[in-house]
Amino acid sequence: MNPRSAGDIRIMRAYAIWTVVWGVVGMLVGIVIAAQLATPALNFANTPLGPYLTYGRLRPLHTNALIYGFGAGSFFCMQFYMVRRLCKVNLLSAGLARFQLWLWNITVVLAALSLLLGMNTSKEYHELEWPIDVLIVVIWVCFAINVIGTIYLRKEREMYTSLWYMIGALIGVAILFLGNGAVVPVSLFKSYPIYAGVNDANVQWWWGHNAVAFFFTFTPTAMIYYLLPKTTQAPIYSHRLSMFGFWGLMFFYLWTGAHHLILTPVPEWLQTVAIAFSLVLIAPSWATVFNTYMTMGGHWEKMRDNYLVKFIVTGVTFYGLQVIQGPLQAPRVFSQLIHYTDYVPGHVHMGTMGFYAMIIFAALYYVVPRLWQTELHSVALANTHFWLALVGQLTYNITMWIAGIQQGAMLKSMEPDGTLTYTFVETVTRIVPYWQMRTAGGVIFFVGVLIFTYNIAMTIRGSGKEIAAEEAYA
Amino acid sequence: MYRNPTLFLIMAVVVFAIGSIVSTALPFFLESTVTPMPSAKPYTALQIEGRDIYIREGCNNCHTQTIRPLYSEVLRYGPYSRGGEFEYDRPHLWGSRRTGPDLARLGGRYPDEWHYRHMVDPQAIVPGSTMPPYPWLEKRPLDTSHTHRKLEILGYPITDAGLAEAAGKTELDAMVAYLQSLGTAVPRTPAAIPTPRANLVNPYAGDPAILAEGEALFMEHCAGCHGVELRGEAGTGITMTELVDHGPGDEADIVADAWEGVEGMMPAFGPLLGEDRLWKIANYITSR
Repeated sequence: MNPRSAGDIRIMRAYAIWTVVWGVVGMLVGIVIAAQLATPALNFANTPLGPYLTYGRLRPLHTNALIYGFGAGSFFCMQFYMVRRLCKVNLLSAGLARFQLWLWNITVVLAALSLLLGMNTSKEYHELEWPIDVLIVVIWVCFAINVIGTIYLRKEREMYTSLWYMIGALIGVAILFLGNGAVVPVSLFKSYPIYAGVNDANVQWWWGHNAVAFFFTFTPTAMIYYLLPKTTQAPIYSHRLSMFGFWGLMFFYLWTGAHHLILTPVPEWLQTVAIAFSLVLIAPSWATVFNTYMTMGGHWEKMRDNYLVKFIVTGVTFYGLQVIQGPLQAPRVFSQLIHYTDYVPGHVHMGTMGFYAMIIFAALYYVVPRLWQTELHSVALANTHFWLALVGQLTYNITMWIAGIQQGAMLKSMEPDGTLTYTFVETVTRIVPYWQMRTAGGVIFFVGVLIFTYNIAMTIRGSGKEIAAEEAYA
Repeated sequence: MYRNPTLFLIMAVVVFAIGSIVSTALPFFLESTVTPMPSAKPYTALQIEGRDIYIREGCNNCHTQTIRPLYSEVLRYGPYSRGGEFEYDRPHLWGSRRTGPDLARLGGRYPDEWHYRHMVDPQAIVPGSTMPPYPWLEKRPLDTSHTHRKLEILGYPITDAGLAEAAGKTELDAMVAYLQSLGTAVPRTPAAIPTPRANLVNPYAGDPAILAEGEALFMEHCAGCHGVELRGEAGTGITMTELVDHGPGDEADIVADAWEGVEGMMPAFGPLLGEDRLWKIANYITSR
């Protein structure tokens, strides 16, 4: 068979494996930090490991491992896979993809070490200091050249919906990352942003919210538009709706960053614009959801029989809920209650665990057997994983929403004589049991992830070593 | 467009740029977002090193530094945050989560000794706190090899006195200096007692039933500084923390003093605890 195809397949296999590895690492750190909140002794602060394992250092490790490890890995794997299938050509350069793989893995390790050592910019999801930012830029440029280059070489003239979302993600992340990464270095390990105060906060959340858009919405949406027709054998309900969805997201998202800054000193009009556009964003987001449900139209029995459809449709459902819950947090009347409380991580994790992870699981369950020309080791275990993921995620998030509203209400509570009812620490004491329940939810989800990892590993182990002609473009 | 990747890419960038420019580039041209308050001051050498330690330890993952214009919030933390206070902050440290309280007006709320003890053992000062201790800050000498360059990059004044202040210090010294600078651009509004001192009447005089509650409240909110034996032995080194000499009849003074707080020494407990709880605590103190 064509050695170029074999090269492509080998590189996609490597990305699939490393995605799973970084996913497990990142989620494990998540469980540790959840436990640390309720049990401060788990910071091990009074031991020699003290400085390196405090919550303040581990939390960015959790977020960055999952964004730049698990998240980036799944883009690389799936975008390479989908671009080949949708363009009916081999990758522009498997060699470039392999260089990118090495550089990416080295960068993830360096990133983890740097965060443990306290080299961090404080900017959320952009905590990595400037030398690592440079590596990430190189990686991303290699990736963009390869994907967009492959699209230019395509044999299928019309670009399918998934490709639009992939292109959007590529340029969106690039511009955002560079914008919020503009710094003046003090040393190899420390820098200051070129921005200050109010504007620095505004740039940070232009990055922060739109990183969620392009990293965590555009790419899984590309996967949904690919996987749904493939797994249901049904065409997507409405092409026009997918166009509205894409351009709507592309336009409206960029105005919403300041919804993270409600009632802070950023200009009032900016906050109001962000709130309004956040609500408007429900429409293009629901284009994907509506398209999914209508595509499922006469095929709902597949939810029962097909584990892939379970993951995809459940993921899309939580996406639909996510993009309603989020905008409803923006108006000042609700923001003033829940901002800065656990409600916010509760929202974040419905997105990451309920939507994003479910789509990535579906994608890997789909792609791994195909890349290794074999069957999934155990459908029963995949179903078990599904239920653990669902129960774990719901336990985690519902607990956090309740905790957030409770703490917010306690902090606002006032006595008839105009004094506060609760001190801050009194609210913390009440929240601790919720933190424990949330840790339990995370553990349940993680057990599901371990079962998933086992299933994938056994699938790979049970396959032949040969790459057969089917996956190739001769 | 869907058959022309070049056109598609250009359109995508243009659409992306519209919202970005209006929401994120435009504000730079508004005076309100770039003008410092006259009372805001650039950080000193010691303070900026402390700030960078705050960033290093990831303190912003649990603490915010922006007070919203909400009644309960202003009562709890002090005057709400103004944009002009933050113009020397690179990066901003507003945070996004309050696992611990907001710190925007922490400067001058507690004496230095409170911070020295709290950073090393939070639970000893604040019972129920879930904050981890930071004992290594006390032991590590402050690294000032980049201080001059930092001040240059940030455009802050570089003075010999400022640099000398940062020499020979520990990381904890720097952290405390930074924490004591927070929010000092806007003066605190004093907490006025609703009833004048002379007219305060002890509602629980001669009522032993509330002493158990008074004791519990004292242990939770006061013993961190004033000591469980009321002799100030919490190790904070804070002066005037001995309370054991107060006897019956002093309750009104205790309530009034606790209500107003002492600038730079003790927070104003009136808004935080209210009159009823302060009376119970005062009666407990005088019963000892």
